[in-house]
Amino acid sequence: MKYLGLVWRNAWRKKARTSLTMLSVMVAFLLFALLNAIAFAFRSGQDVADAERLVVIHKISLINPLPISYEARIAATPGVAEVTHASWFGGYYQEPRNQFAQFPVDARAYFEMYPELDIEPGQLESWADNRIGAVVGPEQFGWTIGDRIPILSTIWPQTDGERTWEFELAGIFSTSDQRGSTAYMLFNYDYFEEARAFGKGTVGWYILRVAPGANPVEVAQAIDEQFANSPNETETSTEAAFAASFAKQFGNIALIVQLILGAVFFTLLLVAGNTMSQSVRERIPELAVLKTVGFSDGSVLGIVLSESILIIALGGPSRSTRSPAGSDAVSAGSPYRERPPAWVRCCRVSTCRARRS
Amino acid sequence: MTEILAKLEHVSRVYQKGREKVDVLHELDLEIEKGDFLALMGPSGSGKTTLLNLLGGLDRPTGGTVTVGGQELSAMSNSQLSGWRSTHVGFIFQFYNLLPVLTAQKNVELPLLLTNMSGKERSRRAGIALEIVGLADRANHKPRELSGGQEQRVAIARAIVSDPELLLCDEPTGDLDRQTADEILKLLQTLNREHGKTIIMVTHDAQAAEYAQRTLHMDKGKLEARAAA
Repeated sequence: MKYLGLVWRNAWRKKARTSLTMLSVMVAFLLFALLNAIAFAFRSGQDVADAERLVVIHKISLINPLPISYEARIAATPGVAEVTHASWFGGYYQEPRNQFAQFPVDARAYFEMYPELDIEPGQLESWADNRIGAVVGPEQFGWTIGDRIPILSTIWPQTDGERTWEFELAGIFSTSDQRGSTAYMLFNYDYFEEARAFGKGTVGWYILRVAPGANPVEVAQAIDEQFANSPNETETSTEAAFAASFAKQFGNIALIVQLILGAVFFTLLLVAGNTMSQSVRERIPELAVLKTVGFSDGSVLGIVLSESILIIALGGPSRSTRSPAGSDAVSAGSPYRERPPAWVRCCRVSTCRARRS
Repeated sequence: MTEILAKLEHVSRVYQKGREKVDVLHELDLEIEKGDFLALMGPSGSGKTTLLNLLGGLDRPTGGTVTVGGQELSAMSNSQLSGWRSTHVGFIFQFYNLLPVLTAQKNVELPLLLTNMSGKERSRRAGIALEIVGLADRANHKPRELSGGQEQRVAIARAIVSDPELLLCDEPTGDLDRQTADEILKLLQTLNREHGKTIIMVTHDAQAAEYAQRTLHMDKGKLEARAAA
């Protein structure tokens, strides 16, 4: 501690150089935080996945729909406790930048499948009984119950060609799982099925819960075998595996992030090393003076290293560049203030790819 | 009977310069009494600074022994020598060698950082040292705000702050005008006479050497004693 004053003054001997070094350290750590946040976001779907829930999608890809008739057959499969379905709607509110996830679902079955989603029973019933009813997570565009919400679907026109679908907000749900998301809208599948211009009799994917004591792997195999060699073969996986496989469509994010970070920190090492060696070269006579007054080799080395550590500490891991905050920063510019579930993000990606192709 | 503070016996120092060996000091014997003020004169390359470095434990002889205050320096490890330097010897250089980022006060406190003294005590002792050299009112000035003479006084304060027995001065007035040089030399004389410091001063200046009690001349690594003028 008694050398702190000396270290501090030496570190600020060339203010411009020290400031620039600190800035480069800061940028490196900011990159570290942002890239980590991206990797964290890709992993998050796996974190919130329920091990007892399986997802059934078309074997070719998620954008290929499955017949609604599969629901009863999946429900009848041994080891399946309950089953429901969801589809990707792909709409936005008022303007494209307000894009968020919407899913036509079976109201009651969906909330039974996701007990971590909380909604007042009265609101759930009101929604289920209202043909154009919908529920959203809290603070979605400031909507309140009873609001009429026009959503323009980029995929699904109505039978009259109209792409804007009108909904009435019947309830607001939340989640007890802090890692989960509520930044999406659910509405009645019956309304969707009745009004859409094409794709009738299909759903996007099935979600099922494995019965207590049943082996999820065996249940998944049984379902896929059941639909083997049919026009709509299935692929069943756990929620976590489903999320992980989608994340991998982008490549090995963790490896990419690590490689970029490796390059960033290696460059930082060179910059900091060069700065420090320049600083030491400039004042070899001063370091010699320290030796003559009795400082040992170790003390002199310690003082020089402390200067580097001080600069790194000041420029580096401040609160604002830690990963969770970085994650906030990543999501700050997005309408999704909370992280959507992995399958929601995956659907968005698939839909975008399908539209491009 | 006078006490011997430093003793060099058959001291040699050979430097290797490429394939060539440079014999800087050759079988040198010297005794320095406590309270002595010795001026070392001689042409460049005669070995004066090397001798000073050996006495200060900054260098090691290739032959012979160097003993200061009863301790044989050649037998000490590097870290022992560092510790020894911090309490037994003070250095004064031609170009002052103050740390530009520190004030005069903090420069003087520098050797005391190696002790277990509190910050308050370090500050008090540095204040006394600055008072002795007549610069108490410049304690908070940085080296660039001081004249050459004042800088050298701060360097002297730094050399005496840990109260060493031996002061080693390498051309302490080489960078100063005559008047300032005389002031510095008088200060060294005062430290020698009133504070009992043993001083060994390397100089090219015959007038500076006159302030010493005795002068030794060196040439080609050997000593030649002459009476002080």
